[in-house]
Amino acid sequence: MLAIRGITQVFGGLTALDDVTFTINRNDITGVIGPNGAGKTTLFNIISGIYTPTAGTISLDDRNITRLPPEKLATRGMVRTFQNIELFGQMTVLENVMVGLHTKSRCGIVSCAFKFPWQISEERRIRDSAQVWLQFCGIEELAGTTAANLPFGKGRLLEIARALAQEPQIIFMDEPAAGLNGRETLELALLIRKIRDRGITVVLVEHDMELVMDVCDRILVLNLGRKLAEGTPREIQENPAVIAAYLGEG
Amino acid sequence: MKREPVKYALLVAVALLAPLYFSGGYLMNVLVFVGINTLLVVALNLLLGFAGQISLGHAGFFGLGAYISAILTATHQVNPWLVMLIAALAVSALAFLIGFPVLKLKGHYLAMATLGLGIIIYIFFNEAVDITGGPSGFSGVPNLSIGALVFDDDVKNYYLVWSFTLVVILLAVNLSRSRIGRALRAIHDSEVAARVMGVNVRLLKVQIFALSAFISALAGSLYAHVMTFVAPASFGFHFSVELVTMVIIGGLGSVYGSLLGAALLTLLPEMLRAFQDYDIIIYGLILILATMFMPGGLVRGIPAVLAAILPKKQERG
Amino acid sequence: MNLSDQIIQFLLSGFATGAIYALIGLGFSIIYNSTGIINFAQGEFVMLGGMVTMFFLTSLHLPLPAALVGAVAITTVVGVLFERLAIRPIRKPTPLNLVIITIGGSILIRGLAMLVWGKDTHAIPGFSGEEPIQLGNASLLPQHLWIFGITTLVIIVSKVFFNYTISGKAMRACAFNPRAASLIGIDVRRMVLFSFIISSAMGSMAGFIIAPLTMTSYDVGIMLGLKGFCAAIIGGMSSGLGTVFGGIILGILESLGAGLISSGYKDAVAFVILLLILFIRPQGIFKRADSERV
Repeated sequence: MLAIRGITQVFGGLTALDDVTFTINRNDITGVIGPNGAGKTTLFNIISGIYTPTAGTISLDDRNITRLPPEKLATRGMVRTFQNIELFGQMTVLENVMVGLHTKSRCGIVSCAFKFPWQISEERRIRDSAQVWLQFCGIEELAGTTAANLPFGKGRLLEIARALAQEPQIIFMDEPAAGLNGRETLELALLIRKIRDRGITVVLVEHDMELVMDVCDRILVLNLGRKLAEGTPREIQENPAVIAAYLGEG
Repeated sequence: MKREPVKYALLVAVALLAPLYFSGGYLMNVLVFVGINTLLVVALNLLLGFAGQISLGHAGFFGLGAYISAILTATHQVNPWLVMLIAALAVSALAFLIGFPVLKLKGHYLAMATLGLGIIIYIFFNEAVDITGGPSGFSGVPNLSIGALVFDDDVKNYYLVWSFTLVVILLAVNLSRSRIGRALRAIHDSEVAARVMGVNVRLLKVQIFALSAFISALAGSLYAHVMTFVAPASFGFHFSVELVTMVIIGGLGSVYGSLLGAALLTLLPEMLRAFQDYDIIIYGLILILATMFMPGGLVRGIPAVLAAILPKKQERG
Repeated sequence: MNLSDQIIQFLLSGFATGAIYALIGLGFSIIYNSTGIINFAQGEFVMLGGMVTMFFLTSLHLPLPAALVGAVAITTVVGVLFERLAIRPIRKPTPLNLVIITIGGSILIRGLAMLVWGKDTHAIPGFSGEEPIQLGNASLLPQHLWIFGITTLVIIVSKVFFNYTISGKAMRACAFNPRAASLIGIDVRRMVLFSFIISSAMGSMAGFIIAPLTMTSYDVGIMLGLKGFCAAIIGGMSSGLGTVFGGIILGILESLGAGLISSGYKDAVAFVILLLILFIRPQGIFKRADSERV
């Protein structure tokens, strides 16, 4: 569904990504791995519209989305989470998820200020469905907490709930297990599968090999900005180039 | 959930009854200006408190509203109510256009750009003598009227201004509790996350800038008709800073806080008449101290102080 | 005078005011580069330079050199106090907070100046008299030469300081990367204090060299400060020649605008330029746009 062709990103004189091409299949859980500095996060930033690539194209269901900004991608059903969770700290957990429903609601400044009847019913719908997503991620009891006061692991779940509230076709998670303890990581794996079971395609950048090998259907390996390998977890584990790259790193 | 309408009804009741106690006194006149300043502070708070975007040029929008109303009604005898609408629309259209390049800037740069904008407008008021009357001002602005009712004394002006203020407060509270209000606060906390959530950050900032200018211009028109006289000195950089101070003192992102901030800083100089020349110092001190020690403003500071004094009592916000 | 003579005259006087804007602008960029703060109180240092000199000259009847040294010293003390009392204690230094605190500080300094010296405008005599020097058909005041001389001297001294002394290099390191600087043992806070000392001293010098030309009063700091900022923006907030050129460009445009178009809108010139630069080339007119990394 998502085709990435020849993506190249140059910062100053430094080539962070060099001609990366691969496709993400609908309803797969795809992992992107690679040693530090391989260009994983850069690739995510390009796909999610935060950077514009120096060269290459990205298309979603055969429609070119290369230069679309994040807010436009959101309306096409693409959403992401961040490595250093980006919550709306001053707002409550519930309100955070309600922002996630921004693309699912329509009322403008005037209808909101005058509280027209359709705005009231829309507001109720937003609130109800935000509750549903909190439940889905298992943090409904924190609805009233200010997001800045959440422990890190819960913040991560909130970020996922907020992203899911958009009802995306595809969710990109940037190192979702970073900073989580063992139990939280196991719960995360369950949650990722649950997300996929709802028909949402999942792509994750991750350092936690165990998690990646456990949940992913397909894996893309980057090294020094280039695609090193691509395949099922088993194929990747047996790929001599991958082993060399990881061992070479120490 | 149920607290909001009660709070608002209380405010309306107090606002309606206030003239019973104050009419005749000169405080009545001050309360008219509390109303006008509240309009301005709510307008600025939408931008500064909710969306987190500073403007040091709001006195300019206020002034434009005032001058458009003054000139069109006094010189060209256009219907003042119509002019009020035209002025607000024209100023917000200007803000909308200039908002795209201005709000691309962040932090200090945004502060400087809006400041520059305000000063350019101020210089225009001073220098375009043929149109504005220059530094000595522009007089002969008619009072507003509805049929035979002419708003020509403090009590009438009070009800005139406060009916606008109360409506704007209600609309602003509604807005803050809606998807737009949440999107604005989202921009404040994390612009990139807001964009990923599908919020068109650039457009929304500009829209709220235009809305803020609309309300400011409205306040300007009211000011012109209440004063029947406008002069550039009321719309300078110093007033823009006063407005920012009122927003901060009241509480960033709190509509009722805006009312508190406007009321306090409008009444304070009147109460400290002996300190007339010192008000500039007091403003400076208040700005620094409030930013350091009461970043939530009065609206959060007072409950926090109360909670500290009465630790056992259940806090009810 | 014919038009070309007039233009030469405008260029000369523009060059002189431009030099002052450059000095003020350098004050902005030095603090900005070491702290990320745009110090809205920078203009008040300039005002203090002029006002304190006036006070020493007219009330205490000190000789000019002593008055000038005294003005720099007092302004610097104010700069240090400002950093210690207003900037350092901020717990959450968001850009918004810093804007507000420095604005608060500037109002406070201005208000105190008004209390001490009143609202009147004061004059300071030129350092070497008022006798104009003829240069062809244009004329220069001796004060203009002082302006060129002192500005050039300050620029050379600051260049030497930043390039050849340990403290100067440490400050540049802080500007480049404060965390790395603190890791290699540079006391970042001390460098912040240094930057305030240097900026306030520079500001005060700008203040006393311009005062004989334009008179001085408690509220001259706002406009001078903003124009200095404009110079720094044109120069891309560099602590070097960019800002100097920015100041001179601004001074000349302003002087030409005032002379050829309308003197009333003279002040607007700076702000129109400021907005245009911010809108079109926020990185300044001398720097290439860097590719942005988030």
